[in-house]
Amino acid sequence: MRRVVIVGAGPAAMSAVAELRRQDYQGSILVIGAEPHMPYRRPPLSKHPLPTSHAQLALDQAGRAEATWLLGRSAHHLDRQNRVLLLDGGDEIPYDGLIIATGVRARRLPGRLHQGRPEVMTLRGFGDLARLHGRLQRVTRVVILGAGFLGSELAATIRRLGCSVDLVERDRLPLLGPLGPVLAQRIADEHRRHDVRLHLGRTVDRLHGTDRLDAVRLDDGTTLPADLLITALGSIPETGWLAGSGLVLDDGVRVDNTGRAAPGIVAAGDVARWPHPWPAGESVRAEHHDEAVAQGAHVARTLLGDPAPYAHTLAFSTHIHDMRLHSVGFTGKNYRLHVVKEGPGGRMLAEYRHAGRLVGAITHGYIRDLTTTYRDLPARSCHEPSATSPVHAGQRAAQGAGGRGCVEHA
Amino acid sequence: MHVTVDRGRCDIHAQCVFEAPAVFQLDDDDELVYDERPEAVHRPAVERAATSCPVAAIRISER
Repeated sequence: MRRVVIVGAGPAAMSAVAELRRQDYQGSILVIGAEPHMPYRRPPLSKHPLPTSHAQLALDQAGRAEATWLLGRSAHHLDRQNRVLLLDGGDEIPYDGLIIATGVRARRLPGRLHQGRPEVMTLRGFGDLARLHGRLQRVTRVVILGAGFLGSELAATIRRLGCSVDLVERDRLPLLGPLGPVLAQRIADEHRRHDVRLHLGRTVDRLHGTDRLDAVRLDDGTTLPADLLITALGSIPETGWLAGSGLVLDDGVRVDNTGRAAPGIVAAGDVARWPHPWPAGESVRAEHHDEAVAQGAHVARTLLGDPAPYAHTLAFSTHIHDMRLHSVGFTGKNYRLHVVKEGPGGRMLAEYRHAGRLVGAITHGYIRDLTTTYRDLPARSCHEPSATSPVHAGQRAAQGAGGRGCVEHA
Repeated sequence: MHVTVDRGRCDIHAQCVFEAPAVFQLDDDDELVYDERPEAVHRPAVERAATSCPVAAIRISER
């Protein structure tokens, strides 16, 4: 292999570049990124204090010299037959090995609602953050639509800057899906304690204001005065350019348990959907910084001819007002929550179980317990080759990887 | 290899504790403690920890 092309220039790409060189790959590496920035960390984009420069977020600059970076350009089409990538503007880029790491984009408000208003924005990338800083100089009343991790973190951060914040959520509690009802209720209480006004079970149905936004109307008729509407409605994998490529697209790019999407093609990071036979589903697509880093390195080895089953434990943290939640493994309303211990100041450690089996754990204030007791949970080394996987070249490796075994927690 | 953690940046996301538990640990108060001069064998894990850190608080140097 002499020519590796990476589409997407985020943490997964940076990690893949580093690993390719660590494995002594001597050929060329071309990284194509839609954003004009070198790879950076996204988790701080919504947390207090809001970062002000790209340098604060940048990933290891050493990778700059290890690859050629083509930034501000997007892939338009993948021609697998001829092993050629078409870019916007028509350039053709040949490859021997391809790493798909295009990540996700923010889901936006329907056009009939936002009507191109500049006071309606989202926060996905560094460019959005620069715009948000500009807006926050001039506004006092902020409405946030969507109370997931992004919306809830932003509500806390912007409230701290002194603006009034109305947080609108379609579900009956913020973060109900990813955390389950017990913790979701605690997040709701935390928002209220910090004077974030919650509008649950509601959505936005109209924007008011002629020259500029002055109010947001909810679907129950409530009108919220507003200078700025931030949408935090989740994300959509960037796979449009892969239409017609023959790769399996299913809310992300389907890969086998080694990260392979097709011969000579791997995918990593937010865009990649990996097989995972348990606890409840058959596949997982994670939007975590450290997953992107781990997956990028893993698929680099797969591409170089050393395919192994991916076995990285999901880990996640979020800061919402005074709550600092850390989790490992799988969490959410699909699993049964069991509180292990509680302490002063709302400290708590809890486990999530599915069909009696431990699948994840979460804490506010007992991080050490989480990092020691649960760090191998749930071990992905339990991977079975997925029947729906587009390629099966990794199966032998998976079956042979009994060394780590299955970590069972009954 | 010399490891330093910028305490002003560190927000105890604890990703480093997952990636390199031999080098990074949490004490009784969930504060980060770490080995400033880990053995060379830990280098890949420390590099993973530095890249995984969501706030870029970990620096590795050769001093």
